[in-house]
Amino acid sequence: MLRKITGQVRVGLRAVSLATIACVCAAPIANAEETFKLGLVNFLSGPAADAFGVPSMNGGELMVEALNAGEVPEPYAGMIGFGGMPIEIIKVDETGGAQVQIQRFRDLVQREEVDAIVGYDGSGDCLAVAPIADELKKVVVFSGCGTPRIFEENSYEYVFRAGSHSTMDNVALAHYVARKLPDAKTVAGFNQNYSWGQDSWRDFSLALKELRPDIETVGELFPETGAGQYGAQINVLMRLKPDVVHSSLWGGDLEAFLLQAGPRKLFDRTNVVFTMAEHVLPRLGDKVPEGLMTGGRGAVGALHPDTPLANWFYSAYEDKYDIPAVQGPFRFVQTILGLKTAVEIAMQENGGKKPTSEEIAAAFKFASFDTPSGPVEMAIGDGHQAIQGNAIGISKWNAQENRVELVDVEYFSAKCINPPNGVMSEEWIKEGFPGAECDN
Amino acid sequence: MLSLQRNVALGALALTIALAVLGAFVPEWILYTCALVLAKGLVVLGLCLLLRMNLVSFGQGLYYCAGAYICGLVSQMGISDAFFLTFLAALGSAVVGLILGLFLSGYRSVFFAMFNLALSMILYGVLLKSISLGGSDGVGVAAPTYLGYAPDGEMRLYVFFVFALAVAGASSVFAFLYTKSEMGLASASVKDCEIRLEYLGLSVRYLIIFNFVIASTLAGIGGALVAMVSGHIIPELAYWTTSGEFVFITVLSGPNGILSAFGATAVFETIRLVAGQNMPNSWQMLLGSFLLLSILFMPNGISGLFRRAKAPKPDAVGEGINND
Repeated sequence: MLRKITGQVRVGLRAVSLATIACVCAAPIANAEETFKLGLVNFLSGPAADAFGVPSMNGGELMVEALNAGEVPEPYAGMIGFGGMPIEIIKVDETGGAQVQIQRFRDLVQREEVDAIVGYDGSGDCLAVAPIADELKKVVVFSGCGTPRIFEENSYEYVFRAGSHSTMDNVALAHYVARKLPDAKTVAGFNQNYSWGQDSWRDFSLALKELRPDIETVGELFPETGAGQYGAQINVLMRLKPDVVHSSLWGGDLEAFLLQAGPRKLFDRTNVVFTMAEHVLPRLGDKVPEGLMTGGRGAVGALHPDTPLANWFYSAYEDKYDIPAVQGPFRFVQTILGLKTAVEIAMQENGGKKPTSEEIAAAFKFASFDTPSGPVEMAIGDGHQAIQGNAIGISKWNAQENRVELVDVEYFSAKCINPPNGVMSEEWIKEGFPGAECDN
Repeated sequence: MLSLQRNVALGALALTIALAVLGAFVPEWILYTCALVLAKGLVVLGLCLLLRMNLVSFGQGLYYCAGAYICGLVSQMGISDAFFLTFLAALGSAVVGLILGLFLSGYRSVFFAMFNLALSMILYGVLLKSISLGGSDGVGVAAPTYLGYAPDGEMRLYVFFVFALAVAGASSVFAFLYTKSEMGLASASVKDCEIRLEYLGLSVRYLIIFNFVIASTLAGIGGALVAMVSGHIIPELAYWTTSGEFVFITVLSGPNGILSAFGATAVFETIRLVAGQNMPNSWQMLLGSFLLLSILFMPNGISGLFRRAKAPKPDAVGEGINND
């Protein structure tokens, strides 16, 4: 009996194995006439999903729903969706590597026929997708991927990034150390051993050398990505006793490091400054060591500016998902709002028709727009790369409200911590920030 | 034997031309997946040759990645000829395969699989950390040219597809004839009894090295094709999940069969694509269930399905003698 069933299944499988390819071709293609079809891409599985992907996608969905309902406050009040067109979203998982991402990107553009794509957090994915976007002439707006390489080593017509790159985070941190820690004499780096960690440490140490040439580098630690155990590195840091430790750790690695270094009083002995530890504060709650200095890659999350738009988004997100919004959703949402601005500028210029990719790309260049993380300007990378301000604060447990607060916040204006248009960020730092406009 | 060679070559040529013509009418997003299938199918083909000897390499990503990086790094020097790059990648990964094969040929079963895995993870680690090789961000690969011909815009993907088809077709003919040759038939009996082979005067170690070099060459060619079609390569090509994917596709294909290697890759890629389209939050679950079901109901893989259909009835005379 079992053999008979297996035999039948086998015959069926024979048919299935031949027919699967055919069924892709027959998948329905929706007709996008009045709506704006938007592909949203981010990590929905894997190590970056918890830290960035899922919160980002949640924030994106919240923003799209609010835009479609016309509930977003000034300056976006009164305009539904993108220029009156309701937004229809298609979600895609960023996990799988560069080849799979190109496959899914082509699928989004050529089968789903989306009007634009927003997302991508992995630098490798961004570098892989960018040339394809130009080849297919479809606007893609990156939300993450910190590497400055994308627009500094290449130029693309249809590729934009509506958030700043990693240079800003580290220049702001160097300013912060120079300003707030005048007695510091020694510094050490504690970064993951891959492009993100290496680039972050390079930018920070170069910038600090410019601002405080007297500070000596006493150690450079590069633990494995995903190591999870940092006992040895914490010992080294305790022994070196540097006045400042720089770290660009994120996600599970960062949480592990905080939980292991906190009880050993590392944060009491040295000032550990993080580029982006802001995103784990709500998750760790009272386990966050006191006095940790961190930014969030922009004025995001608990560091958000006091504007109606920022306050609305921060509370709407917490109401819906029961956890405060961190940098992921803030960056993702600012990318959507950037695209909205570009689409609406393009519609003003073409008389209210649904704009083409060429028109959106032309309107996006050098556009500026308001976001929950403050004003953003597509000022560098020939109008394809955004700059924005940054903020750094010190963690403090608020027992009454049962949440971690960031106090003593320092703000840095966008033009102070980003290179001018057409200048490579590494050169800019080495030459001593020519053209930087700092308030103080 | 000569007529077999001619028939197989003619059959493969006809199939290649038919697919090339078909490719002209297929949307680009399917064409890209088809090119991926051809590239990965070559890696699987190599693994099938090893599986015939009961050897499973959990580190085939090493040669795949080596081929891709040879192709990518050479293309950054300004050389973009697809034929030359593919040849170079094949040569490079063959050399790597030969050197490592000398050492790996002394091991069997899980030790062979795990040593391969370890070696591929070493390459992954090195690539991840070396800034000069692009680090974790990877390396961009220039669009390929063909003996001086540089297709533009919309033709680019189709021309590459035809090129990949030709490479895969030629490799398949080679692999098929190899399995029917003396060496190929001797290799297939390694899994049955090594001592008997040694008594016949054959060196098992030599056979394993020979097959291993062929498999790593095929993987290198696959890597070069992937580098050229996607235009960007990352160290993940050598990561253990990539190698695991190849092993899974090989199990799905079954060891006996050339077309089934490509067929299984096509089924795998199609399921991943469709699952990703329709279940962005849980596509891995669909892929996993498919793996489970295919092992339950198709223990001999896709090639087993079609072979069973052609095999003589159990009561026929001469059961078990393979006469094709």
